[in-house]
Amino acid sequence: MEKLTKITAISLPLDRANVDTDAIIPKQFLKSIKRSGFGPNLFDEWRYLDQGEPGMDNTKRPLNYDFVLNQPRYQGAEILLARDNFGCGSSREHAPWALEDFGIRVIIAPGFADIFYNNCFKNGLLPIVLEEKIVDHLFDLTQSNEGFQLIIDLEKQKIQSGIGFPAVDIDFELDEFRRHCLLEGLDEIGLTMAHANDIRAYEKSKKEVTPWLY
Amino acid sequence: MSNDNAQTLYDKLWNSHIVRENENGTSLLYIDRQLIHEVTSPQAFEGLRIAHRKPWKLSANLATPDHNVPTNHRAKGIIDPVSKLQVDTLDQNCDYFNITEFKMDDIRQGIVHVISPEQGATLPAMTLVCGDSHTSTHGAFGTLAFGIGTSEVEHVLATQCLIQKKSKNMLIQVDGCLNPGVTAKDVILTIIGEIGTAGGTGYAIEFAGEAIRSLSMEGRMTISNMAIEAGARAGMIAVDDTTINYVKNRPYSPKAEVWDQAVAYWQNFYSDADAHFDKVVTLRAEEIKPQVSWGTSPEMTMAIDEMIPDPAAESDPVKQAGMQAALNYMGLTAGTAINAVTVDVVFIGSCTNSRIEDMRAAAAIAKGKQVADNIKQALVVPGSGLIKQQAEQEGLDKIFIEAGFEWRDPGCSMCLAMNADRLEAGERCASTSNRNFEGRQGQGGRTHLVSPAMAAAAAIKGHFVNINEL
Ligand code: SF4
Repeated sequence: MEKLTKITAISLPLDRANVDTDAIIPKQFLKSIKRSGFGPNLFDEWRYLDQGEPGMDNTKRPLNYDFVLNQPRYQGAEILLARDNFGCGSSREHAPWALEDFGIRVIIAPGFADIFYNNCFKNGLLPIVLEEKIVDHLFDLTQSNEGFQLIIDLEKQKIQSGIGFPAVDIDFELDEFRRHCLLEGLDEIGLTMAHANDIRAYEKSKKEVTPWLY
Repeated sequence: MSNDNAQTLYDKLWNSHIVRENENGTSLLYIDRQLIHEVTSPQAFEGLRIAHRKPWKLSANLATPDHNVPTNHRAKGIIDPVSKLQVDTLDQNCDYFNITEFKMDDIRQGIVHVISPEQGATLPAMTLVCGDSHTSTHGAFGTLAFGIGTSEVEHVLATQCLIQKKSKNMLIQVDGCLNPGVTAKDVILTIIGEIGTAGGTGYAIEFAGEAIRSLSMEGRMTISNMAIEAGARAGMIAVDDTTINYVKNRPYSPKAEVWDQAVAYWQNFYSDADAHFDKVVTLRAEEIKPQVSWGTSPEMTMAIDEMIPDPAAESDPVKQAGMQAALNYMGLTAGTAINAVTVDVVFIGSCTNSRIEDMRAAAAIAKGKQVADNIKQALVVPGSGLIKQQAEQEGLDKIFIEAGFEWRDPGCSMCLAMNADRLEAGERCASTSNRNFEGRQGQGGRTHLVSPAMAAAAAIKGHFVNINEL
């Protein structure tokens, strides 16, 4: 998993509440045997004008230019500004897979659905919960300043604006354990790997007792 | 006198697999065996590749395709492209990482939960996982076995461990002797009917008592297979001579002097006499009758001599609505005798009931008889290629075919209808599988869970019937 310490990037305002995981990645794409490659189908139904099916050449599909994701000023965004209850609905891990594959690293919202929130950390995504009026303010700044950038500093747990934009200075909270995982780029596997010596020691001692398993 | 050191079977299994205990109350648990199939593994393998990781311990893994494989004309390959891609991907992943796989054309191929015990890859006192909820099956060997998700499959591949929180202990004790015609399937359906599908949530269940002890390993696997239907991720049965005799001389089981060492070790895996259980449920074996499920949840089950229950008699309004919805879906009327209900399709198979003993029990009923005219299809799907071979050596295939059953190749088949074997809307099926959820065997299909003997009897009579009255 990629480390996340400090990122400076354009923010993308998705001005809808209750965005569910089926909207994030529609069910027809779950037949895939892959964990990657979901990016081109992120928000498929809003993003394209036609009906998306697996196997289509997405570069040839008609884009919906009314949808923020397709607007030139937001290209290259890595921070998603969202509304309340983001990621509700089915538990599919394909939703964070799609966001991550598209290039999103941070999602800021007044609230997240539980399972989605947990799934984010397993995939190197940082979901930040902020008060509704602060999120409103970030939406305003993003929409009224073309190229608006945010700096997310995970070490200091601070959000600031990029140079030359109206200043913001926001603190955010995060569980210490999860912060540590993201900073070190540790997924659960990485964490367990950090105990590789314990695992080897266990195997060595068990080899005496249950040699038929080794 | 209570003894603080007394441990349950589950405690012993848990404690002997702790690699380290974390501050937050979880443990890093060592996993001895992982079984892999085509549906829940592709993203786990891809994750390994992306992170440039290798399987921690190759020999701990065993793979086979089962959910998507066709059960006839197998030489022609898989027609459905989505199914084919999943099976091909499993083959490629196993070849790439060097994981032992019984491919579709291997005689050892079959349902994961059937082939692992058959090969001796499931052994007493181990921890075993698979990306499949019916992994509880392997608990029959005094093994801690439970289903996991795709991220966890990858976690086990990479580290041979899982981060887990311990469950509570539940004991389900079945005292006394089962009456003739009453099988393991009837016992577990009765248990689920009794405690409900959420009755075991948060617990690891140990099944014990004289009636459980007297079951063969096949019967014990049928019981622990459905622990998940009672809400428990793991169900288990203590090690005894039946367990050890079953395991002996299988391809993966220990040999020579290591065998004796293993047996001595395994014999410790039972609950101490004064061990503490958080919940205890006791049943009398003599009171258990052949079962037929009537609704859309495994807890909606009844004895063959009863009437379909009336929702009006239920005081809890939520339950009452659930019962009514189930009757509507199933096309049944309260008060009807279940043995008056006719059947369209019969399915004998699945990881619950596709072992040699199940084949024998069904063949004993079918022998010299004919499938009733109203039966559109009667399928017998053995759980593995080796079971199929054994059944053919015993002449069971001929009994089935002469009676009008179809004798198929091994796989999950109509248990979940991911391959071509499925019910049409409205069709009623007597099935030896484990889930009667809406649409489980095909959209609009109606599933009644029964034992293999009861399924064969329904095929012969064309309706449900008490096998003791045949
Ligand atoms: S037989 Fe049915 S329950 Fe068993 S593993 Fe296959 S699909 Fe799952």
